[in-house]
Amino acid sequence: MSKNNIDTLLYRALNGDIRAISKLLTIIEFPADHDIETISSIMRNLMNRGGKAHIIGVTGSPGVGKSTLISKLISLFRDRNERVAVLSIDPSSPFTLGSFMGNRIRMQSHSLDPNVFIRSTATRGVTGGLSPSSVLLIEAFDGLGFDKIIIESVGVGQTDVDIINVSHTVINVLMPGAGDEIQAMKAGIMEIGDIYVVNKSDKPEADLVYRQLTEIIRSSKYKSKYGWVPKVVKVSSIMGHGISELGDIIDEHRKFLIDRGSFSDIIIHRRVYSVELILKYIIEEKIRKDLKKDGSDILDKVVSGNIDPYTASLTIYNKLAKTC
Amino acid sequence: MSSNSLEIVGAPGLKRRAKILVAKIGLDGHDRGAKVIARALKEYGFEVVYIGIRQTPEMIAKAAVQEDVDIIGISIHSGAHMVLIPELIEHLKRLNAEDIKVIVGGIIPWEDAQRLKSMGVSEVFTPDTPIEVIVEKINKLLAGKNVEQK
Repeated sequence: MSKNNIDTLLYRALNGDIRAISKLLTIIEFPADHDIETISSIMRNLMNRGGKAHIIGVTGSPGVGKSTLISKLISLFRDRNERVAVLSIDPSSPFTLGSFMGNRIRMQSHSLDPNVFIRSTATRGVTGGLSPSSVLLIEAFDGLGFDKIIIESVGVGQTDVDIINVSHTVINVLMPGAGDEIQAMKAGIMEIGDIYVVNKSDKPEADLVYRQLTEIIRSSKYKSKYGWVPKVVKVSSIMGHGISELGDIIDEHRKFLIDRGSFSDIIIHRRVYSVELILKYIIEEKIRKDLKKDGSDILDKVVSGNIDPYTASLTIYNKLAKTC
Repeated sequence: MSSNSLEIVGAPGLKRRAKILVAKIGLDGHDRGAKVIARALKEYGFEVVYIGIRQTPEMIAKAAVQEDVDIIGISIHSGAHMVLIPELIEHLKRLNAEDIKVIVGGIIPWEDAQRLKSMGVSEVFTPDTPIEVIVEKINKLLAGKNVEQK
């Protein structure tokens, strides 16, 4: 892209032109389609403006009600006249790389609001909850001046904790009937929340889950990052119960981070982590591509049992490290 | 689809894949067809954003612009296609997004299909259309665009 075109697109996007914002995001989402100068000049411009948005990561298993909850949060933030961006991540097929992205359906009531921008994106073969593109899109939304950026992680498993690395506030959404307190005691996803939402509180056993979580957090040696004691709140997104209480806790957490100076520490961490994530992705791609090509003799020996996978991996690693 | 063997494929890289928005327009709750098509397109390797029933033309146009899709697939069985589809095209023009192609599926009489096409609709599919034909037509519409497709 020519410098003129980039400047025009940036100018329009920064003035709130939806089509321009969208086109800009597409360029950033698929950086490999463009020359490096285009990407770096856009990103430099946006990142120099960024660092102000409050990033809220919403995570939880598939079907717990993340999208519906987000829709309610959008309304809450819009009532205070904040500009809201949502990045909603859904899984790609491991077989065809196709994706059925159905999160937006829960948020369509905001589709005519010019101050709400919702973008769906697919994981494209990456696990952990975030794709390499998503960290670039977060920087872009921040630079475009959105006050709140809500990241909806893909419906996660127990170890998909990447969202903690990009969010100021992590909301872990749970629901009754999805396991007893043993699940809540496990490592991984059950340790990363700043706020635990017991969603679908209109259903039976919501109180039980609430009490179990509260007890586990109370008795935990480790507090959430930066010394914040995680909060538990019961919500029914459908009935609208508990939403304003959740909103108050989100504000409280933001204030806590700012008072401690942690708000900007998280941005520093996010930007370093972004490099790590993208670099890891590029290296993984290189391994995937080169392994069968350059490592076929070693692989044959592993298959026949003459070399073990550990020795083979180290041998290949040493070979790759030389060519990198 | 390249093969029926369930081989795990690698990550597609940071390159764009074809993206399609599927919606039901107007007061029409018959969403089985739309869901079948949306899911089939996923299985053919497209990235599909499904926004469901009771969408106004303006809601669909704005969602399509925010998602920056290549194609909008509209399902309609209410008979209101000659009112709602032109409105959708009008909204896309207003948003400076006429380049997003519109395809329509549903109970559409042949004469209406011709008129819709003259208004800018790229393809009209009636209920007996095999999914392979739809995919082939979509790939033709995407030809020349810088997207990976099946």
